[in-house]
Amino acid sequence: MKYNFKVFRGDKDSGGLVDYNVDVDEGMVVLDVIHRIQAHQANDLAVRWNCKAGKCGSCSCEINGKPRLSCMTRMNEFSPDKPVTVTPVKTFPVIKDLVTDVSWNYEQNKRIKPFKPDPKKKDAKGYVMFQEDVDRVQEFRKCIECYLCQDVCHVLRDHDRKDKFVGPRFMIRLASLEMHPLDTEDRIPAVRDEYGSGFCNITRCCTDVCPEKIQITDNGIIPLKERVVDRYYDPIARIFGGGKKKQK
Amino acid sequence: MLNPKEIQTIEHDVVVVGAGGAGLRAAIECSKLGLNTGIVCKSLLGKAHTVMAEGGMAAALGNVDARDHWKIHFRDTMRGGKFLNQWRMAELHAKEAPDRVRELEEWGAVFDRTKDGYISQRNFGGHRYPRLAHVGDRTGLEMIRSLQDYGIHQGISVHMECTALDIIKDGEKVSGLVAYWRETGRFIVFKCKAIILATGGAGKAWKITSNSWEYTGDGYALAYEAGAELMDMEFTQFHPTGMVWPLSVKGILVTEGVRGDGGILLNNKGERFMFKYIPEKFAAETADTEEEANRWLKGDKNARRPPELLTRDVVARSINNEVKEGRGSPHGGAFLDIASRVPAEAIKRKLPSMYHQFKELAEVDITKEPMEVGPTLHYFMGGIRVDHDTQMSRVPGLFAAGEAAAGLHGANRLGGNSLSDLLVFGRLAGVGAADYIRKNTGTINLDEEQVKISVRRATDILNRESGTNPYLVHEDLQQVMQDNVGIIRVEHELKKAIDELQRLKKDTEKVKAPGSSQYNPGWHEAISLRCMMITAEAVTLAALERKESRGAQTRLDFFGEDKEWQKYNIVLRKGKDGNMEVEKVLRTSTSPELERIANSTIEALDAEVAAEKENLKIS
Ligand SMILES: Cc1cc2nc3c(=O)[nH]c(=O)nc-3n(C[C@H](O)[C@H](O)[C@H](O)COP(=O)(O)OP(=O)(O)OC[C@H]3O[C@@H](n4cnc5c(N)ncnc54)[C@H](O)[C@@H]3O)c2cc1C
Ligand code: SF4
Ligand code: SF4
Ligand code: FES
Repeated sequence: MKYNFKVFRGDKDSGGLVDYNVDVDEGMVVLDVIHRIQAHQANDLAVRWNCKAGKCGSCSCEINGKPRLSCMTRMNEFSPDKPVTVTPVKTFPVIKDLVTDVSWNYEQNKRIKPFKPDPKKKDAKGYVMFQEDVDRVQEFRKCIECYLCQDVCHVLRDHDRKDKFVGPRFMIRLASLEMHPLDTEDRIPAVRDEYGSGFCNITRCCTDVCPEKIQITDNGIIPLKERVVDRYYDPIARIFGGGKKKQK
Repeated sequence: MLNPKEIQTIEHDVVVVGAGGAGLRAAIECSKLGLNTGIVCKSLLGKAHTVMAEGGMAAALGNVDARDHWKIHFRDTMRGGKFLNQWRMAELHAKEAPDRVRELEEWGAVFDRTKDGYISQRNFGGHRYPRLAHVGDRTGLEMIRSLQDYGIHQGISVHMECTALDIIKDGEKVSGLVAYWRETGRFIVFKCKAIILATGGAGKAWKITSNSWEYTGDGYALAYEAGAELMDMEFTQFHPTGMVWPLSVKGILVTEGVRGDGGILLNNKGERFMFKYIPEKFAAETADTEEEANRWLKGDKNARRPPELLTRDVVARSINNEVKEGRGSPHGGAFLDIASRVPAEAIKRKLPSMYHQFKELAEVDITKEPMEVGPTLHYFMGGIRVDHDTQMSRVPGLFAAGEAAAGLHGANRLGGNSLSDLLVFGRLAGVGAADYIRKNTGTINLDEEQVKISVRRATDILNRESGTNPYLVHEDLQQVMQDNVGIIRVEHELKKAIDELQRLKKDTEKVKAPGSSQYNPGWHEAISLRCMMITAEAVTLAALERKESRGAQTRLDFFGEDKEWQKYNIVLRKGKDGNMEVEKVLRTSTSPELERIANSTIEALDAEVAAEKENLKIS
């Protein structure tokens, strides 16, 4: 079946959508179509990918304006009557074509105080922690760093407050450390002051796009906000926060 | 022509090439030992192949079954490798893996737990006791993220999306590395005293593979060109169950767990064909009727294991034969049926990612319909030949670890032994490099002439007026390897592959990448062709040389294992005339004690270990 693709070609200075007509076979995903264009029509079309199975988070882009993994988006979702547009994620600067500069994310990760385990929780056979205590941390650790949540979060996307807010990906990274049963570091003041938890107004757009189905907002960001509230006593917010104690 | 003096130059003590499990662990060790350490990788940090590993990491922690011990892990590894493994490496691996797993936990990894709160372990093919530390079916992600998050605070310089092109030498010794930035296409030279190659495998030279674009054998080629030796290259592991349909996912892995949980293999006549393919050696331990196999599934301890659970090489060969003889599934595989065997709810609970994978990518509901599966090229047991203790190749200053190195796995790798390999030998390569640098204090020279040659070879691809399309040369190579150096090998096909490779080498010399040097995948593809050609040639020559079937190498013309061949590993190197040389190298055993352990019966070894543990308690 013939499809019309409109793919962004260009770099940070200039560019636009370029038309490609491609034969699409049964079962193909958007990334396959991009590869077919690359092999036969545009050898230098830039795109990132690795696993082709939704495990590495390399192939993020916007398909008909929606942030998606191109390796997990099947072509039979689209009708051949309408063109399919593929553009780079909007929140990060374009390097070339579908490849963007995501280095800002790596800088945010480096700012987060590393894991510091409690030596007292170790015996001769290793650390002791129970499955029920690690379940919620394991949910956050499923993150494949596709940055689709970063792309969709309006604080970063529309308001470009990258100077103030680390974004949902790193809020759950913080949550995974703060809720780690062995960790002894305290990051709560920084969650508010340095990482900007107050900028999130719980729209849940990040949760909606997460390919790993991580409950970013409800299980990660809201509990972090509650811990901030608990620490910096604020009677009104506390009523909504439920007044939980600081806990690991 | 670019003046080498104008090329960006960075100085490190050691440069680690590759940021998967092996590379990251090596870099962390180098940095801990006080070296100025750089790490380069082709993709972004955290995207290396290691991220895709599922099942787990083997280590005799004994958390689930206290009878486990390094000696038993060692014995399993040697037997799995059909006794071609390097003795010392298998020993080091079995002894050190538990510490490496616990260390990962210290750095933030969160493994699944046992009831009493320790790291849980699961059963896997070839491992006597439950041994694989794991996190659901995403163990690789946990490993790479833990190393990454720890590693970024260790003062390592990370150079992402930077591809290594050639090793520069000062006389015999390593003195630098030429690379280019994928983003800009600009060149960079690292001046360094040591290099650790942790570049992974080369599955992309085949058409059907579970490997990503990064697996183009760069480490093998760089080492080979620099004068190092490759070993055991004939042993390429074909995993029996990869997806075959749709096109977009051809080759993607279907975990062994499906068969472990009761899945059976059928041909297009509905016949459960594995009963026809039970090898002599396994006949005593394998069910020979469906009735008995069904009893095993229901938990009858007297029943023998179903033939679907034979070793990877046997199952892969059988599927291959069914397809060849016209009994394949519509898309050229076999049917893997679990729907009719296990209740839908249990499938979703035990195999969540497989359920998800087939549902999303193939629109197959595995709780209702069978899957279509076929063999897929998965792993390289062979690689760069290194010293067993230092991990240094025969080129002074050049080290290797992980899938890029040879030695631990011999003729066949056990599942779960790769992730532990990465940590054990990644660390040891770091120690080896630090020792080497401490002993070699003299100044080193960066030879500009070598830099020029490397840069020119890369830029020629862009500057040519016209030439062959690199993607099409790659497709051609994949077809040649798939057709002639596949799972079943025979002399005339291997010889044909060698001829075809000569033709493809000529095509590779003429490739042209249109466009600029800025983030140009066509150019990147063209550059990697040279590495794939060297790797493909090494595999083919080694496969031709080994005139027996053992582990992952199956020769139609040399049936079964040959005792005589157990004495040799095959080594390849660049000859003085520039052609690839093949040599049978006599294996030497370093320790009668290790031989004794590997050859003891499991009952005797269990008893020995139990007695040892008892003594330890008394003293
Ligand atoms: C689907 C799948 C499932 C698996 N499951 C398991 C499992 O459950 N248990 C297990 O033990 N094993 C498993 N394996 C095997 C295991 O994952 C790999 O063998 C292992 O991760 C390899 O690690 P590595 O560190 O050697 O290399 P990789 O993780 O592959 O990293 C290679 C690195 O080298 C870099 N590189 C390559 N060439 C260059 C160059 N020219 N310049 C710069 N950088 C370069 C790459 O960018 C990358 O960073 C699985 C493999 C697959 C494909
Ligand atoms: S919930 Fe918060 S972090 Fe998520 S998209 Fe909305 S504002 Fe951003
Ligand atoms: S939280 Fe989800 S959407 Fe965000 S980076 Fe991780 S996997 Fe992607
Ligand atoms: S290629 Fe890995 S998530 Fe798409």
